[in-house]
Amino acid sequence: MGNALVADFTRRFRRGPEVRVDGLALDHRRGPITVLFGASGSGKTTVLRCVAGLDQPDEGHIRFGGEVWCDVPSGVHLAPQRRQVGLVPQDDALFPHLSVAANVAYGASGLASSEREQQTAAIMAWLGLEGLEQRLPREISGGERQRVALARAVARRPRLLLLDEPLSSLDGPIRQRLRGDLRSLLQELGLPALIVTHDRGEASALGDELVVVDRGRVLQQGPVEDVFARPMGLEAARAVGVETLVLGRVIDEADGLVTVAVGAARVVALAPSGAPARDVTVSIRAENVILVRADGITASARNLLPATVRALTPEGATTTVTLDCGFALKALVTRQACEELALREGEQLLAMVKAPHVHLIAQIDAWEC
Amino acid sequence: MRIDWNAVMLTCRLALVATAALIVIGLPLAHWLATTRRGARALVEALVALPLVLPPTVLGLYLLLLLGPRSPIGRGYALLRGHGLAFSFEGLVVASVLYSLPFTVQPFTAALRSVDPALIEASWCLGVSRWATFWRLMVPLAWPGLLAGVVLTFAHTLGEFGVVLMVGGNVPGETRTVSIAIYDAVQSLDYASAAWTSLGLVLISFIVLSLMYVLQQRVRVVSQWATRS
Repeated sequence: MGNALVADFTRRFRRGPEVRVDGLALDHRRGPITVLFGASGSGKTTVLRCVAGLDQPDEGHIRFGGEVWCDVPSGVHLAPQRRQVGLVPQDDALFPHLSVAANVAYGASGLASSEREQQTAAIMAWLGLEGLEQRLPREISGGERQRVALARAVARRPRLLLLDEPLSSLDGPIRQRLRGDLRSLLQELGLPALIVTHDRGEASALGDELVVVDRGRVLQQGPVEDVFARPMGLEAARAVGVETLVLGRVIDEADGLVTVAVGAARVVALAPSGAPARDVTVSIRAENVILVRADGITASARNLLPATVRALTPEGATTTVTLDCGFALKALVTRQACEELALREGEQLLAMVKAPHVHLIAQIDAWEC
Repeated sequence: MRIDWNAVMLTCRLALVATAALIVIGLPLAHWLATTRRGARALVEALVALPLVLPPTVLGLYLLLLLGPRSPIGRGYALLRGHGLAFSFEGLVVASVLYSLPFTVQPFTAALRSVDPALIEASWCLGVSRWATFWRLMVPLAWPGLLAGVVLTFAHTLGEFGVVLMVGGNVPGETRTVSIAIYDAVQSLDYASAAWTSLGLVLISFIVLSLMYVLQQRVRVVSQWATRS
């Protein structure tokens, strides 16, 4: 069994929604870092709290390795103290009256004092926190606080790390930098970790496995890039934030490619494995759409769609361009590219999408808007 | 004209003993009230607050019946100690503890409730027991409020009258507190003694409260400085 976490439970809230987790399995061998991804209010923090033992499911069970952490039918609910998890709470929750070193050593009170000091020093050195030992939490920066929170969780020698929106309290640039740091630190530790986030960039940068949670349910689980590139259903596609989702009808299939009629346009995609559905949802990520000015070009990309610019929405370094090419298509380009192309509303150009970037979702569930 | 020093000393002793007892009783009770989600909490809170609204005579009467020589408690105590609880110093302590309960428990509860639950949960997840979390985390963070509770309890016990009169009567050196001495002096038209003893009580109360506010201000400055992020 090793370090596998198996969770199958339901947590209900009075006059509120319920959070149901069925068959969530975290297996160390598939990659140690699992991301619980979903919008705020989707129930991912509830899942984390139930795993930590801070919240009690109303039904089901949670097991870790060979241990039963929670089993509602037999009334087992292991206290958080006995689960040996390392929790990094949202907003770090450092103890304000204790120094950084005392915060890190807080959970290691079972050790002899010399051993505790040694361990604290080693962990602080590992996380680059030397020199901050005697400072109070409010005297250090947000990034440092985040690392102290991680140090504190690691110092109790956990078997499983739980991180709740670990970088959400930080500003843009530090956040970007710490993402990479956090991933390599977690890899060095080699501990299984469960990270809750609503940020797509964070999920891609940190995780090996992705679990998509929406409205209290697990929609899909798999390798991060897989899930983002090929959401299994419409709900999962919406939850992972695919920008373009439009209804289409398969009109032709040849040479491993299918042609789909979408609105007034035709889109070419790779033929899905298994029996092809007739009605499909075409799913295209905005970052996979390339905008081209020149007319009459030949390209390897199978989809060259004449498009009209309908709207430009700048967000930081990037701009989302809403196009009309027989259906509404969104493209994500850098601000620089936007300036070079001198994009204006109402302008005509070509939108280029490679066939593998057009993902088809079989239309089984009713289309609901 | 004289200050009844005997009564002053007795009152201070009573306030100290009652405050010590209330810290021991009040901390676990306040912790329970601050953390429980049970419906019984409202009933317990109401019960604790009762002395705030009841006339001291009502509380005193019940206590007299409860502690008197005809009750099992009074009789049991008399068997052990050779004298009854009513009209004794120990009886006064019991009465003061009950009468001052809200002055301890309410500030304690508010102080403990103000500790961020995320910190408490973080402590539990670090393997620290509820008991140790209380002492290592909640008490240090709730310190200003706990101090206020202690001082209020002390000051309130110093000045109580009705319950003391009902349960303790007026036995010099045993149950004659400052407030009783003042009342007694006024009854015998010794206004000068009453005035001097009253002034003494005003001064002691003022000093105690000032000490609390000064100390609290310092603690609050330090803890605000520590919690600001």
